[in-house]
Amino acid sequence: MRLIRLVLICLMLPVAALAQSFDEIATLLPDGSYEDRAARVSALAASGDPRAEALLSALAAGDLAVLKADGRLVVVTGNAAQDALTGTDAGPVTRRDVTRVRVNNNLRGQIRAALGSLGLSATDPGVRARAASQLEAAPDPTQLPALEKALGTETDPAAKSALELARATVLLSAPDAAPEARAEALSLIVARRGASAQALIRAQLDDPVLKDAAASALTHIERAEKLRGWGLTLWQGVSLGSVLLLAAIGLSITFGVCGVINMAHGELVMLGAYTTFVVQEMIRNHAPGLFDWSLAIALPLAFVITGAIGIAIERGIVRKLYGRPLETLLATWGVSLILQQAVRTIFGPNNRQVGNPSWMSGSTEVFGIALTWNRVWILLFALAVFAFLMLVLRRTALGLQMRAVTQNRAMAAEMGIRTGRVDALTFGLGAGIAGLAGVALSQIDNVSPNLGQGYIVDSFMVVVFGGAGSLWGTLAGAFTLGIAGKLAEPLAGAMLAKVLILIFIILFIQKRPRGLFPTRGRAVEG
Amino acid sequence: MKLAPLSATLLAALLGTSALAQDNAEPIRIGILHSLSGTMAISETTLKDAMLMLIEQQNAKGGVLGRKLEAVVVDPASDWPLFAEKARELVAGDKVSAVFGCWTSVSRKSVLPVFRELDSILFYPVQYEGEESERNVFYTGAAPNQQAIPAVEYLMDQGVERWVLAGTDYVYPRTTNKILEQFLKDKGVAPDDIMINYTPFGQSDWQTIVSDIKAFGGTGKKTAVVSTINGDANVPFYKELANQGITADDIPVVAFSVGEEELAGIDTAPLVGHMAAWNYFQSVDDQANYDFIDAWHSYTGKDDRVTNDPMEAHYIGFNMWVKAVEKAGSTDPDKVIDAMVGIEVPNLSGGKAVMGKDHHITKPVMVGEINEDGQFDIVWESEGEVAGDAWSDFLPESKPLIADWTQPINCGNYNTQTKTCGGAAPVIN
Repeated sequence: MRLIRLVLICLMLPVAALAQSFDEIATLLPDGSYEDRAARVSALAASGDPRAEALLSALAAGDLAVLKADGRLVVVTGNAAQDALTGTDAGPVTRRDVTRVRVNNNLRGQIRAALGSLGLSATDPGVRARAASQLEAAPDPTQLPALEKALGTETDPAAKSALELARATVLLSAPDAAPEARAEALSLIVARRGASAQALIRAQLDDPVLKDAAASALTHIERAEKLRGWGLTLWQGVSLGSVLLLAAIGLSITFGVCGVINMAHGELVMLGAYTTFVVQEMIRNHAPGLFDWSLAIALPLAFVITGAIGIAIERGIVRKLYGRPLETLLATWGVSLILQQAVRTIFGPNNRQVGNPSWMSGSTEVFGIALTWNRVWILLFALAVFAFLMLVLRRTALGLQMRAVTQNRAMAAEMGIRTGRVDALTFGLGAGIAGLAGVALSQIDNVSPNLGQGYIVDSFMVVVFGGAGSLWGTLAGAFTLGIAGKLAEPLAGAMLAKVLILIFIILFIQKRPRGLFPTRGRAVEG
Repeated sequence: MKLAPLSATLLAALLGTSALAQDNAEPIRIGILHSLSGTMAISETTLKDAMLMLIEQQNAKGGVLGRKLEAVVVDPASDWPLFAEKARELVAGDKVSAVFGCWTSVSRKSVLPVFRELDSILFYPVQYEGEESERNVFYTGAAPNQQAIPAVEYLMDQGVERWVLAGTDYVYPRTTNKILEQFLKDKGVAPDDIMINYTPFGQSDWQTIVSDIKAFGGTGKKTAVVSTINGDANVPFYKELANQGITADDIPVVAFSVGEEELAGIDTAPLVGHMAAWNYFQSVDDQANYDFIDAWHSYTGKDDRVTNDPMEAHYIGFNMWVKAVEKAGSTDPDKVIDAMVGIEVPNLSGGKAVMGKDHHITKPVMVGEINEDGQFDIVWESEGEVAGDAWSDFLPESKPLIADWTQPINCGNYNTQTKTCGGAAPVIN
């Protein structure tokens, strides 16, 4: 059958201009080069046959297949197959019985353009607008008459505006069109699309008529782009800073109060992320409607779970090693390995899928800067966590005791503060904050057993730079390092930027060994 | 544990080697050297399971040379020096006949001296940067000419004119990108149309780089990203692309390290249409492949376990080893190494894999686009199999080099100009 089709193609190619029936062209869809097949897609769309839309949609979706048994073209949905041309049932099939018709990105684009021209005459204005945007994305000069015809009768404002943009784009991609129409199209594109149409505008620099208009539009755009670039870098730095802040802030208070370098901090972050995964899994299985709330549910859970683990680590291991920093370092590092491998054993070594709730997906534009929602929320969340910690430290008894212990442990003990209990609670609080950070980081990073390792070094840099135990220091440190990193990255590349930051911190520590905001207190200074 | 095989070997030595071959009770041991913990466990654990399945299947068929196969599994824990230690333990201690293992190039480099010294056999199943051919190693993954270059040629066919070569900063991306850069320049691509970017392992903040790529691709010429970004860093990279509104229609990404296993843990909706180049995809339409997938599902007891390219490489490598042992009539490494060259076994895509003189195998090249199900739709396939090229012709320093482990050359880096072995210093990593 395949052979017959190939012979048919060979016979038909030279006489492609001759009219072929819809069915004939359709059966040839699986064969030949992508260009030949694109030509057949256009022919099918132009045929006016009512089956064209369904057939092409199935092709674009990858559902079109050839039955191995008899070479029939079928549309496969699940295990059922339907004859693509007659619509009759072709019986149940498995993956072994069919060969999918191959579609690549370019062909899919062409199918969408062809479908777009079909959609121009739809009754639903939404479909017409979408069809127009599809034509705009894949401009094809042959569609110009169809577009103009549609524009003439269009009444819906949204669809009309989309059609105008599509027509202007098509005109600019057709150098042979009337110069006046093209000039008009260019001003429309400049006014409506601006920087996003830079490539299209630049292409007009070769056109003798449009050259000057395009050049002046480009200089405008470039100036605006430069400003936008600075704004973007600043935003990216702030966003990176918020991630660093989240990761480091828990570490900062344990380091400050207990004087313990908790190497397992990163793993507590990882556990927070896994809590999110488990919560999402449960929601997926039992209450899919709640998915957008998954993070809100995961937050308190992660705080409690990682906080409890933190207290357990403090009570079980760290407490026995106070005053012996090297041993604590090694012991908590051991804990980090245990936690990592435990997660690997329970959840497997692979990445786990944590979805973004709808309100965290996509982006918004402010002054032409694309702010991705997940990063905006993480920034807000980091600031909220910071405010929460400030509140705990300034307004609660525990906070007061914590500050007292930080400043002078012996004196605080004399005053009747149970320093052991404060240590445990501080450790638990720091660990809980790490869990909260994990929930947030699960939205932008891989949820894998290695998640924590990526953050521990950066967190230490922030804490050391900002000054251990000082929340303001951590805040300033995180944002300084974030913005400095992002400023250095375009200049030096991601690798070198990290090195530069490290060198900067080393030099800084030489000058101010206690960081930006040194904690004051007799014990600390002595 | 350790005593038993030792005493068995001792006993066998006392009885003499002729008795050994007849002794049905004495199994042939096969070493499996894949990380089951640490960072690389994500990729390597599956390969250990695949090997165990292949060995079980072979035993069901009666083993090899009438003897059962026995797997010896060790865990090098993603720790490169430990790879060498564990390799020594397998070969010298457990007396395995062949080892299947390693993933990263640095782990392979660290075990090479062990295999050379103890004269044993390693099957290496992962695509790599080439520029190496060892007598004791059989490379069943792709060399750059079997993956990177055909993929770039396909994209050129699709009208791509500007190229971003993005990679993680280590030996495989650096060497591959060096080869690709030279290849693109040879094809007439202007240096301004090539952007090269390296990032550290586990990079998670891709904002700047993705903005740069967006700006680089905004000039009107069709742009593509050729990604040698290593496993874990990929997910945030693709997420950032999607969040900044870059789809595969605008700037497609073709990756050389992203396969079915890597996609298993992530939401593929934002990735649809991005590409990967491999020599095998789970979606390959071939009955042998469907049999393999079914066997894998029933072995693991999970219908959602995916198969991937390095698994197929182990499938080919293992079958080649079985055939070579049967041809040589012995598991003696020297005899098996000599018998390996020219061995031909079916691959999982309906073709044949042949072991070449340079210890690389012939492979078909495929480009797949990611679909909604986390699988790849194959959009392009090479006509027939491509032979692996150990020494790239696109690097001036390795251009005159070939590898040929048959007489009379018998050399891994033979300089065809000076007609000497080891004529040029191999690329040191």
